[in-house]
Amino acid sequence: MEKFVKTSSKNVRWKASAVKWIVLILFYAIIQVLISTYIINDYIFSTFVTVCINIILAVSLNLITGFTGQFSLGHAGFMSIGAYTCALITLRYSTQFGFIGGLLLGAVLAAIVGIFVGLPTLRLKGDYLAIATLGMAEIIKILFRNVLEDITNGAAGLSGIPQFVNWTWLFIFTAGTVALISNFINSSHGRACISVREDEIAAEAMGINSTKYKVMAFVTGAFFAGIAGAIYSSYFYFISPDLFGFMKSIDILVIVVLGGMGSISGSVLSAIVLALISTYLQSFPELRMVIYGVLLILIMLFRPQGIMGSRELSLSDMKKWVQGIRRKNGGIA
Amino acid sequence: MEQFLQQLINGISLGSIYALMALGYTMVYGIIKLINFAHGDVYMLGAYIGYFCMTFLKLGFFPSLLISMIVCAILGVTIEKIAYKPLRDATRISVLITAIGVSLFLEYGTMFFVKPDPRSYPPLTGFLAESYSIGNLVIRAKQILIICITVILMVLLQFIVKKTRIGKAMRAVSLDRDAAQLMGISVDRTISFTFLIGSALAGAAGILVGIYYNSINPLMGMMPGLKAFVAAVFGGIGIIPGAMIGGYFIGLVEVMVSGYGNSMYRDAVVFAILIIILIVKPSGLLGKETREKV
Repeated sequence: MEKFVKTSSKNVRWKASAVKWIVLILFYAIIQVLISTYIINDYIFSTFVTVCINIILAVSLNLITGFTGQFSLGHAGFMSIGAYTCALITLRYSTQFGFIGGLLLGAVLAAIVGIFVGLPTLRLKGDYLAIATLGMAEIIKILFRNVLEDITNGAAGLSGIPQFVNWTWLFIFTAGTVALISNFINSSHGRACISVREDEIAAEAMGINSTKYKVMAFVTGAFFAGIAGAIYSSYFYFISPDLFGFMKSIDILVIVVLGGMGSISGSVLSAIVLALISTYLQSFPELRMVIYGVLLILIMLFRPQGIMGSRELSLSDMKKWVQGIRRKNGGIA
Repeated sequence: MEQFLQQLINGISLGSIYALMALGYTMVYGIIKLINFAHGDVYMLGAYIGYFCMTFLKLGFFPSLLISMIVCAILGVTIEKIAYKPLRDATRISVLITAIGVSLFLEYGTMFFVKPDPRSYPPLTGFLAESYSIGNLVIRAKQILIICITVILMVLLQFIVKKTRIGKAMRAVSLDRDAAQLMGISVDRTISFTFLIGSALAGAAGILVGIYYNSINPLMGMMPGLKAFVAAVFGGIGIIPGAMIGGYFIGLVEVMVSGYGNSMYRDAVVFAILIIILIVKPSGLLGKETREKV
């Protein structure tokens, strides 16, 4: 009997993952067809790119802030490392290989900087950590603007970066990031990270090395932020240090908070929602930020847990939801 | 030597402004454990209010200073009542994010109304426009003015905190909020009063920086706000004399780095100091070590 239950639950899990794969591949194929038939033009596609970059950034920050509970305000700093590395490499080696190499190197460099920043600062808690990471991101920005001026062209930034990002790469990296991070969270390491968020002292007492898991989450987050930066530089031709300032970090944080700290699907959802809002408000950028500010205050006042809270959107939830609607409409449950 | 003295004077003038802002940060942090990110924007609004008083209402410097402080004080209390008070029992991260939201709202709301281009402050007239030279050393009257006003405000603040009833209440609430409430202190009123004083000081700092640098813009509060917070952390957050020392220290460091090194590195140096302080002695220069209890 027990054996039967086990195999059936395995079966269900296998089915669910198969459904996920099919949905993902279908989604990829449909968008690809729409792009090749020019129904999705360059303008819509650039919104797509923004959404995907924001998803990568938000999911990776969610790992640090939402799941591990370490408040980081310096995510844009890691993004800039990936962006500059990839841009500098593709400007010299303008090939697909150069792009992928630059992207991976950028991500690895961001992760290495993450280790160096994380090891000393992650001893700090809450607000102090937020300020320290903010300071770190500012220092990285000044590094790119002034110290490495000869290579990075200073405040003027780099332009004419060859464009290698197409829908295929974008899809692979976005879906890959979401899949890898959600697998990480469902692993024993991920559970350790969550326990550090819930109660660090209790986690330590249970034998979890909290510093190790904090640094692990921080470095993983930095790695994926580096990938997002690389995609950004490769799609938008142009980067400058000021693009990766304090405001960019706040932007990412807003996505995470709106989606729900500790919910991957929430981050994905809110990245899409916010991209739609900001595309709509593009003609008056000042008002966009005012609305951002008000949105942040309102979310914190009325729904501090965000859209999804710490729950995930799952197939069985959706089934229940659909059934609920059917029931309301008087259909057969 | 002369150059050093000159930098010293410039550093103390700039440090006065940081110290005034750091006081607001440190008092608010001391009482509700919140990094009030909107503080830098109250300072920006102080500068704008001063600008409008002096340019459009043709008021003198001192009435403008007073109006700016009063309006900022009201604004600070309003922000506290609307945005922070409902979150008294929420997690620290929620309140911090609310503070960021308020900050964005003030910055870009102001930008929407006054347009993003910088505005230049009206020149000072009379004795305030003069400058005195001792040898090669130039001391401008406005530097003396900034230092004097800062010292007067600090003395006033010390008097309020140490000698008045409400000051005693503030100290009590920051020490132990629950115990203070049990002793019959109105915690909400005390917190509002703390915001009132902190914002008034930020308003004063705003108008002083306006006459010092002559140029203001809606995003001017961001960087100085963060640096003033660094100053507060340096001196030991929650400790009023610490914020004063920290403010002057950061001002001096910034001017010295610009004077003897490269002015582009001054922000990096300030943040490097912050990270070093946080790692070496997180409780700050005057802070006491606290142990975490389970």
